[in-house]
Amino acid sequence: MEIPKSFLGYRRENGRAGTRNHVIILPVDDISNACAEAVANNIKGTIALPHSYGRLQFGADLELHFRTMIGTGKNPNVAAVIVIGIEPKWTKKIVDEIAKTGKPVEGFHIERTGDIGTIMKASKKAQEFSQWASEKQREECPLSDLWISVKCGESDTTSGLASNPTVGNLMEKLEPYGVHLCFGETSELTGAEKVCAARGATPEAQKKFMKTWSSYNDFILKEATNDLSESQPTAGNIAGGLTTIEEKAFGNFQKIGNLKFIDVLEPAEEPKKGKGLYFMDTSSAAAECVTLQAAGGFNIHLFPTGQGNIIGNPIEPVVKLTANPLTAKLMSEHVDCDVSKILSREMNLSQAGDELIKTMLKVANGRLTCAEALGHREFVMTKLYRSA
Amino acid sequence: MSQPDLIIHDEKDNVGVVVIETTKKGQECSAWIMENDKTVKVNSKNEVPLGHKIALQDLNEGDTILKYGHDIGKVVKSIKKGEHVHVHNVKTKKW
Repeated sequence: MEIPKSFLGYRRENGRAGTRNHVIILPVDDISNACAEAVANNIKGTIALPHSYGRLQFGADLELHFRTMIGTGKNPNVAAVIVIGIEPKWTKKIVDEIAKTGKPVEGFHIERTGDIGTIMKASKKAQEFSQWASEKQREECPLSDLWISVKCGESDTTSGLASNPTVGNLMEKLEPYGVHLCFGETSELTGAEKVCAARGATPEAQKKFMKTWSSYNDFILKEATNDLSESQPTAGNIAGGLTTIEEKAFGNFQKIGNLKFIDVLEPAEEPKKGKGLYFMDTSSAAAECVTLQAAGGFNIHLFPTGQGNIIGNPIEPVVKLTANPLTAKLMSEHVDCDVSKILSREMNLSQAGDELIKTMLKVANGRLTCAEALGHREFVMTKLYRSA
Repeated sequence: MSQPDLIIHDEKDNVGVVVIETTKKGQECSAWIMENDKTVKVNSKNEVPLGHKIALQDLNEGDTILKYGHDIGKVVKSIKKGEHVHVHNVKTKKW
């Protein structure tokens, strides 16, 4: 198949391109959710991103909170941002960082005003942003404007046999076009960690990966109260035939094809070394991982599933594929790309990779994913430890 | 190129994955090896559902299960060729 050289995206002030044109209402903290949701309810064409944290966090956990908030606002799929927090200082910190992209952003704090006054002020600004954003037109953008993140979920053995290798095939085909790529799921590489580390493009990247994996593994072993059965692999994984974490890890690892990764990113960290494949230190829980990758600046996501994970994200479209014929049949409303014919050998991997490229480009051009059509907007902050 | 009943990732693997809805007890299964495009036969000793694994050889307690050509765990209860391989007879070496 000849690969199209471009897609239709929204060009942003800082030169990046988005596959979506969202105006988001971003609460800084849990107690500002009600206000943010009221604004989104008032003003059409906006979405609120409620979440559970943002108070009394400290140290690395607080830094991650800010990085996730700021990164979400900076993502090129977002046209404009309203930030609402209880206090002025943290609200302003987030606004100031997002403003560096050049996109419209305005912050409101609730203390000394109350919800109702804040909702009125923020709604007026949100209306202005929504109408402004609605004038934006898609324009032709080179493939290199695609920042593609990947993560699999509710995996089974069909993931490792076919849907994950399909993603790997897409990566191999699109890497030469200068796309950014990102995989994560630190804990789910357990058993394949040495093989994965060897894929580091430089000795530094390899060392950084092993350090990141070891630290995550030490944390799991420290907190584990049993053999992690039903957590890794999950009950769903086991029902689908996966027996051990090692088996799951080698299946997971098929998603990067034969590529090497150039750097290891902190959770929600934006890549800085140019085009190519990055590893991001993330949880293996679907919504947490995709939220972090979106905050890292990725603008389209590929999600292979075995037993049928249904996740979506509010700002980064999540394209789902499966190679499990039962999932494709029983949960068809969640499947954007069915590659189950690989198992019956009616389709080979390269054909499946082409199908996925076509599906992904349709979505990049504006087609709603199944998860978007069904209203999935899972925005889940990663919390590293208890608040003070 | 007929539809396989099992798929084996790597020639070195000692398990194959069922890719039909279920195998029947005693069914002769054709297993396609992706790595070298060869096909081998194995008799399924149990009804094994889609996505689950079948042993391609006799395995003893302590043996290593190989899939993708890599170590994916240890045998904790001996397994006969053609039997279902899963959490009842294989455990992780990690956690």
